Amino acid sequence: MSSTTSRTSPEIGGMGHSMKRKEDARFLRGQGKYVDDVKLPGMLYLDIVRSPYAHAKITKIDTSKAMAIPGVLAVVTGELLKQYNLHWMPTLMSDTQMVLPVEKVMHQGQEVAAVLATTRYIAADGVQAVEVDYEPLPVVVDPFKALEPGATVLRTDKEGKTDNHIWHWEAGDKAGTDQAFAQAEVTVKQDIYIPRINVASIETCGCVAHFNKTDGKLTVWMTTQAPHAIRTVFALVAGHVGLSEEKIRIISPDIGGGFGGKVPVYPGYVIAVAASVLTGAPVKWIEDRMENLQAASFARDYHITAELAGKKDGTLQALRFKTIADHGYTDAAANPSKFPAGLFHIATGSYDFQHAFMEVDAAYTNKPPGGIAYRCSFRVTEAVHTIERMVDIFANDIGMDPADLRKKNFIKPDQFPYKSQFGFEYDSGNYVGALDLAMQRIGYDELRKERAEKRKKGELMGIGISSFTEIVGAGPSKHYDILGIKMFDSCELRIHPTGKAIARFGTKSQGQGHETTYAQIIAEELGIPAEHVAVEEGDTDTAPYGLGTYASRSTPVAGAAGAMAARKVRDKARKIAAYLLEVSEEDLDWEPGKFFVKGSPSKSKTIQECAFAAYTNHPQGMEAGLEAVNYYDPPNLTYPFGSYICVVDIDKGTGQVKIRRFVAVDDCGNIINPMIVDGQIHGGLTMGLAPALYEEINYDADGNIQGGSLMDYLVPTSMETPSWETDKTCTPSPHHPIGAKGVGESATVGAPAAIANAVVDALWHLGVRHVDIPITPPKVWALLKEKGVAE
Amino acid sequence: MIPASFEYSSPKTLSEAIALLQQHGADAKILSGGQSLIPLMKLRMAAPKHVVDINGIDGLSYIKEDGGFLTIGALTREADVDASQLVRDRYPLLADTAGVIGDPLVRNQATLAGNLAHADPANDHPATMLAFGASVVATGPNGTRTIAISDFFTGIFTTTLEPDEILTEIRVPMSQPGSGGAYLKVERKVGDFAAAAVAVQITLDGDSFTSAGIGLTNVGPMPIKATRAEKALIGKPAVESTIEDAARIAAEEADPAEDLRGSVDYKRSLVRVLTARALRQAIIRAKGEH
Amino acid sequence: MTTRKITVNVNGTPREGDVEPRLLLVHFLREDLSMTGTHIGCDTTSCGACTVLLDGKAIKSCTAFAVQADGREVMTVEGLERDGKLDRIQEGFHHEHGLQCGFCTPGMMMTSYALLKSNPSPSEHDIRWGISGNLCRCTGYVNIVKAIQYAAQKPAE
Repeated sequence: MSSTTSRTSPEIGGMGHSMKRKEDARFLRGQGKYVDDVKLPGMLYLDIVRSPYAHAKITKIDTSKAMAIPGVLAVVTGELLKQYNLHWMPTLMSDTQMVLPVEKVMHQGQEVAAVLATTRYIAADGVQAVEVDYEPLPVVVDPFKALEPGATVLRTDKEGKTDNHIWHWEAGDKAGTDQAFAQAEVTVKQDIYIPRINVASIETCGCVAHFNKTDGKLTVWMTTQAPHAIRTVFALVAGHVGLSEEKIRIISPDIGGGFGGKVPVYPGYVIAVAASVLTGAPVKWIEDRMENLQAASFARDYHITAELAGKKDGTLQALRFKTIADHGYTDAAANPSKFPAGLFHIATGSYDFQHAFMEVDAAYTNKPPGGIAYRCSFRVTEAVHTIERMVDIFANDIGMDPADLRKKNFIKPDQFPYKSQFGFEYDSGNYVGALDLAMQRIGYDELRKERAEKRKKGELMGIGISSFTEIVGAGPSKHYDILGIKMFDSCELRIHPTGKAIARFGTKSQGQGHETTYAQIIAEELGIPAEHVAVEEGDTDTAPYGLGTYASRSTPVAGAAGAMAARKVRDKARKIAAYLLEVSEEDLDWEPGKFFVKGSPSKSKTIQECAFAAYTNHPQGMEAGLEAVNYYDPPNLTYPFGSYICVVDIDKGTGQVKIRRFVAVDDCGNIINPMIVDGQIHGGLTMGLAPALYEEINYDADGNIQGGSLMDYLVPTSMETPSWETDKTCTPSPHHPIGAKGVGESATVGAPAAIANAVVDALWHLGVRHVDIPITPPKVWALLKEKGVAE
Repeated sequence: MIPASFEYSSPKTLSEAIALLQQHGADAKILSGGQSLIPLMKLRMAAPKHVVDINGIDGLSYIKEDGGFLTIGALTREADVDASQLVRDRYPLLADTAGVIGDPLVRNQATLAGNLAHADPANDHPATMLAFGASVVATGPNGTRTIAISDFFTGIFTTTLEPDEILTEIRVPMSQPGSGGAYLKVERKVGDFAAAAVAVQITLDGDSFTSAGIGLTNVGPMPIKATRAEKALIGKPAVESTIEDAARIAAEEADPAEDLRGSVDYKRSLVRVLTARALRQAIIRAKGEH
Repeated sequence: MTTRKITVNVNGTPREGDVEPRLLLVHFLREDLSMTGTHIGCDTTSCGACTVLLDGKAIKSCTAFAVQADGREVMTVEGLERDGKLDRIQEGFHHEHGLQCGFCTPGMMMTSYALLKSNPSPSEHDIRWGISGNLCRCTGYVNIVKAIQYAAQKPAE
């Protein structure tokens, strides 16, 4: 169980308390304010015409029938935006993306024109009435074919570009690794494909853009996880049309799930802003679910050739990965700028490798842009899935139990801080502890016996382990930036005369409970009850600058800023307390909420009394008030970890995989609110289950999407989702002010491999070494048929 | 997401409704549960100029045994069929089927009649009605007529209903002693259409089959009555070898197409496996064992 | 295009509208009545975010026309709290952390409310089956199940 014992009382509600959430009050009553709830006088509606073709020249756009519909005010096209040089925009990875095309479209579902109308319904009628003529062009959907010489060049907009190769990136020691492989006793190799998936948060993306012609101020309510970054990007991109950063206000209201899918700037936002600038009216754009599933929020799509080298006794020695990354028609991935493959090089995982090398090549294809950091930090799900599958293959090849192999190779507690072959310094870890607890909770030895007996009877049962190391909290300014903006985060904390507080942060919760957890951090540091700490995020006019919430960075970075700001406040309060008690600062001790004189505990001042004095009786020569700002530049990332064990039974008649049990042991260091952490894990596990067994987005040879609605994109219901069992170990982060690591994404990172490993485990004795996710019943059945064991 | 415009009527009687259908012909569509029609209209794959909402007509919602049949009225919701003790006790095949239409929310609106009249080959009730040897009652300007379910489906989304007729009642032959049935559906997740599903309704006399109905869902352009598999059961003992035999034949009678739910081989194999499993369950129910 | 006058009893209060027949019930609630508690999550009747009660039955309000609700009773999330007191369902969701981003929550709670009315002591399987038409991306359903179990222990109002 968690070893976080609370220093504060439940009334104060500091770290470790499962405090009920403050933000629930409005959500329970249906009073959340989401972007589609925003209604302004004179508001117009934008709806988008999209391309049915994956690659085609636009030869004509006829808007006459649409414009004839009463209530349709305008049809915005690429030609119109081109007049303002807004038809293309930069992506977060410094590539370029079309807002609206002038010459050609490059993915099915791409925005082609936008209808502006007085009502949502008329805008939809307008979209139906716009007529577009296309001249289809050859379609490239296979990234391997895209990289072959002679392939159709997609980015004809880039002068001098003669291929579909975006970038090459590598890390590690190639020569040393190649030599290690050449000399190794055992090598294993496997091609692993991690398909494209869609974030599919229940709320789709959208915005209300309002440009006020009188004062030149643009206000945009937007489903964004990073409002400040958006504001700066808008100022840089549209400065030439009169947008100035002090006159741009991005408001991120309540967001119905982000998970990384609400980080990018989507063309719809820019078109809505342009339409508002042109008309001076508020313009609302809310995408339909099918638009979202066909044009936005895509992740993964990595083709990996993975190799491990080691000894017959189970010692792992070297790792070598070669990856083709399918980015769609532009690199709009959300990665720190120096790392176009994100943090994929965490792929040495929880293991102590002596040599490692990896290379990634990115390709353009006729698909929508992909590579969102979907609840995976940055590409960490891809990394963990690969290493955990390979470790299982290695173990099974040499006939060693996968749990034993992992324990043999885990980085040992005394090796931390641990420098990996790819240059990461892992802060802390106790991998054996987590795996042991998971094995104990699931009853590992009993299960192995059961599996052996079932095998004799021809029944298929499997046990799968995933012992992952996550890497979150981007990140130190030395290495991490997005579009040049460093990845610090911030807190501005002010204490009121009556001892209550307001804290504003540069992050933006989309359900993670920051209004509660950040208040709990302040409560821990100052002893002000969390109930009395108002937390605000998301309005760029008032919140301090931050890079937003994704990649599990809020607790590690902004949470740290909150703790540091609170400590600055406490330092000033100490001075005030000393003044009020007429002692020197050194004579004072602190317990949560109170300074007291050493040896005379009855001589004390509460934090509330100090706050009151800051406004009514502050020492001469000191500024009045009691507040502090902290911009926190993390010294390192943090490394949450865990071990998950999954048990599956396979129906030989239908190929269906039933998860019998799933135990998740997570270690995210010190925990602020155990209830909220468990909620994050349950949700993350379900988002790991989804791609493991159900979800994928595919394209046929003509670039037509397969699975572009919720009828075919299989988001798990309560019936597909098992009853998750969770437990914890606690290994604090030594460098984080409150020893916390962040946890929002661990489960999405670790779960798919546990499930995949369980299925392969059930089939290994039949000669099956690997199955790509999603492991669907038809896939399983085909294997059973091939091996002659289908019912 | 937004349907095209249409004119709307909500008649209070059947004759009013039929008159409207006569008036508007192919431009009209009946709205009952709306759980198939409205999604199509939102995608603009259907754009009827006139929608005739029959939900306000009294006397069309009932489940009762009458005149040798289990009779079900046009406006009976799937949720009502699913919850009916009469259906669960005496027509378990029907209870099984109603319980896997869509999801619980869809079932509160969707009607059994609509599921048949819409004639989507992926719908579940057609196969079940084929297995029951059921019939439907169509009411039009010239009165009512009874249509055997085996004559009812003529193609994808097409039935023998005339444009001015409304399906007003479903008739399932009265449950006989020694009868049992089961519906087994493989779906990718709750709410999905079937990758394949099999409806089985049998009667046992002693240990032999005296009647058998087998219907197959979503493994052909229309629902399939596996007549050869049915024949392979009659007079035979209710033992494994008979079951496997019939299951194998039923799979041959399927005509599946490959799609996102699976390959032709996979679906055919599902038909075999599900037929066998449904038969085993139907036998248990027929013998009164649970 | 003819509009139709309708009167819908929403949370106990008659509400009037003059609407196009094609106006979806969910849009009538959100736009015409400015009751934005009911949410829209999809366009293929797949997610259940829009769930309301129509004459006591939980339905997807995106798959019904407003005109179908004429003369009938609709209950939305805004109708759960009565006289300043939260319904036991709302209490359960709060107590058991059955919500995170809150977007699926109104629909999920309306389904749960109707579920407990028809099945006052549901098993875990009954609950999971009962909410299988409502998608949630945040919670993984575990705490939603607990929330409904919590509510089932409290007396119904």
